[in-house]
Amino acid sequence: MSASTPLFFYTCAAFPVLPALLAAFSFVPEGDPKNLALELSLLCLLSKVVYMAIVGSFPFNSFLSGVLSCVGTAVLAVCLRIQVNKENKEFKDLPPERAFADFVLCNLVLHLVIMNFLG
Amino acid sequence: MTRMKMRTLISLIIIGSIISSSSTLQPITNQIHRSAALQLFNNPGSSLEETYEALRTFQVLGIETDVDLTTGTCPLILKAFQSPSSSLKDLFYALRVNQPLNCQLVLEGIASKLQAVIKESTSLLDLYYSIGSLLLIKDGASESSVGLVDADSTFQSIKALSQSDGRWRYSYSGAESSTYASGLALEALAGVVSLASSEIDESMIGTVKNDVLKLFDSLEKYDDGSFYFDERLVDADEHHNALSTTSSVVRGLTAFAAVTPGKLDLPGDKLLGLAKFFLGIGVPGSAKDLFYQIDSLAHLENNRVSIPLVVSLPATVLSLTKKDLLKVKVKVNTVLGSDAPPVTVKLVQAFSSGKKNTPVLENQELKFDPKTSVHYLDITALSIDVGKYIFVFRISLQDPEDKKIYTTGGQTHVPVFVTGFINVDSAEIAVLDNDLGSVEAKQKLDLSGQNALTLSATHLQKLRLTFQLTSPLGHSFKPHQVFLKLSHESKVEHIFVVGNSGKQFEIILDFLGLVEKFYYLSGKYEMQLTVGDAAMENSFLQALGHVELDLPEPPEKATRPPPQPMDPSSIYGPKQEIMHIFRSPEKRPPRELSLIFLGLTVVPFVGFLIGLLRLGVNLKNFPTSAIPATFSLLFHTGLAAVLSLYLLFWLKLDLFTTLKALGFLGVFLFFVGHKTLSHLASTSAKLKSA
Repeated sequence: MSASTPLFFYTCAAFPVLPALLAAFSFVPEGDPKNLALELSLLCLLSKVVYMAIVGSFPFNSFLSGVLSCVGTAVLAVCLRIQVNKENKEFKDLPPERAFADFVLCNLVLHLVIMNFLG
Repeated sequence: MTRMKMRTLISLIIIGSIISSSSTLQPITNQIHRSAALQLFNNPGSSLEETYEALRTFQVLGIETDVDLTTGTCPLILKAFQSPSSSLKDLFYALRVNQPLNCQLVLEGIASKLQAVIKESTSLLDLYYSIGSLLLIKDGASESSVGLVDADSTFQSIKALSQSDGRWRYSYSGAESSTYASGLALEALAGVVSLASSEIDESMIGTVKNDVLKLFDSLEKYDDGSFYFDERLVDADEHHNALSTTSSVVRGLTAFAAVTPGKLDLPGDKLLGLAKFFLGIGVPGSAKDLFYQIDSLAHLENNRVSIPLVVSLPATVLSLTKKDLLKVKVKVNTVLGSDAPPVTVKLVQAFSSGKKNTPVLENQELKFDPKTSVHYLDITALSIDVGKYIFVFRISLQDPEDKKIYTTGGQTHVPVFVTGFINVDSAEIAVLDNDLGSVEAKQKLDLSGQNALTLSATHLQKLRLTFQLTSPLGHSFKPHQVFLKLSHESKVEHIFVVGNSGKQFEIILDFLGLVEKFYYLSGKYEMQLTVGDAAMENSFLQALGHVELDLPEPPEKATRPPPQPMDPSSIYGPKQEIMHIFRSPEKRPPRELSLIFLGLTVVPFVGFLIGLLRLGVNLKNFPTSAIPATFSLLFHTGLAAVLSLYLLFWLKLDLFTTLKALGFLGVFLFFVGHKTLSHLASTSAKLKSA
């Protein structure tokens, strides 16, 4: 019984990594998977907040890292999306590959911190 | 229980004070020294020096040992003679031990070797050991070949080591003079004199005698009149304490006085002081110290300067209740307990301790009992009251010839207790009214028997206890301890010192002033009276009964009674077990709920996969040529590796291992990522330009 709570948070925290990984694998798609990742991260966040509202936030660090990983990933996804959008003139000179590299690096750093904080 | 304790305490105090005061010097005749010697020298034979010390101590104390030392020690002596590496010291002690044991030794050739050493040596220790050895050989052998031909020059070479203050140096090069060395030098000089084939120059002996007198100027003194020599030289090899230094000087002095003509003019009280120093040590704890003590006393016992006579009292507690014991007995002996020549013992004066100017007794001559060789004075008729006294004795020798041989010192002060039965009279206890002082309730007390009074008082009243103490001679008696103890039911105790006003003892407890001290505790107070003194044979600790006190209610700020001291058995008993309280685990949701939410979290992932399918994700951009494809694959593998490293970090690794691994992976990832992405960028740029 007790073991399942942190497990839940851990999954939440680790989950946003997967979209990023997949995004890396299938880099330039016809549609826009980054958008998808963003929405999914927010969905994750929502489910966690609901869960906390129901059972309380006992391993608070786990909960917090779960939430922050979602938020962080969402923010990073937004950044990536802004940079690769062809209509956005501000980043016209920036190649999307460079933006993606930034995205990957930031994600790796973020998740290192998250993992450390997860307990 | 407490009463028992108090009683034992009082008797312990009394016994303790009697014992401490009766520790006058006793000559060494008793069994204690013998058994101590047997115990300390239980294993003679570990070295020749120790064996000699044991044998000498046993000889002086008159102990016959059953242990056959010849079988164990003779081989050691033989070895010391035959081994070329054995020093002069070994040789000296071997000869010393050989003297009583009489092992069959061939001593030929050794004497001439020693004579050669004496001629050439300049070190005091070498001279001391070789002269001592030569002397021992001469004592054993009948032939007269052992002797010093050139005694005068040897004498001079030893004398040359002496300093102006009467002390000696160990060698010419060593500038420091030592008191211990003086003893050795004197002994060596004595050896030279007795070995000399011709007479030593009279004037040289005279200068040495002068040196001895100067040496005695450096005597140090204790308060009890004992004298000792202290070693000022701090030697790195061997430190000599006061006992060994004094012993060395006494040995040297007596040996020198024994062989030289004429008399050494030393003050007798100094020799007596030295004897007091050795006797005052009691029973030393180490074998070496015991040897020094016994050996020195043996030398003092039979010396040519002057033999100290020691005054001792077999009993220093005299009881007035037992008339037959009321005799001051004095023994006069030499230090080792032999009988003294005929002496007259006079009690110069006896005064109560603290009142030196008013002597109780004066100029009493003691009678002599030849049967027990005890001088005694019957003080029954002399009306001595109980108390602690200092008796001052003077010993004078009857035969004027003996005065040249013996020394009795000046006066001897001996503390003596006279004990007796103290009468307790007119004891009464009364409750008084505070303002008028009129007696409310008055009760007689019988302090020799049981009392069970019941009194009651309020805080406006006073309690008065009076009694008188008279000594057997009718004087008022002032004991050391007079206490009244009040103890409440709650074990809170108050102790008052009962003062004495002239004839009678009186204490008035004004409860109004004591209310605060009593912590406003009303109720039953047990009363207990303690009267005790070392000279009082009927010291007592008596329960008087109890007083019922009615005290006002405590005001708010009143001090609380202090916690009572715990029972000693509970202090040292096992402590109470400490129970540890562990944190109760946090409340957790049911497992099902958590699993449902786990599923919910995975749902977006499924949605993501569906989304991907619907968006028509493809791998068209994946490089097709071999090298970029490899880099691309490596890049993705690297990403996967980093993520699995994170997983491992979460599961078992610590931060340091993770960061180390991440460092390598990061560099790798940076390199392959750069390759892949720049390739992709170049291809897309080509597409654009095309």
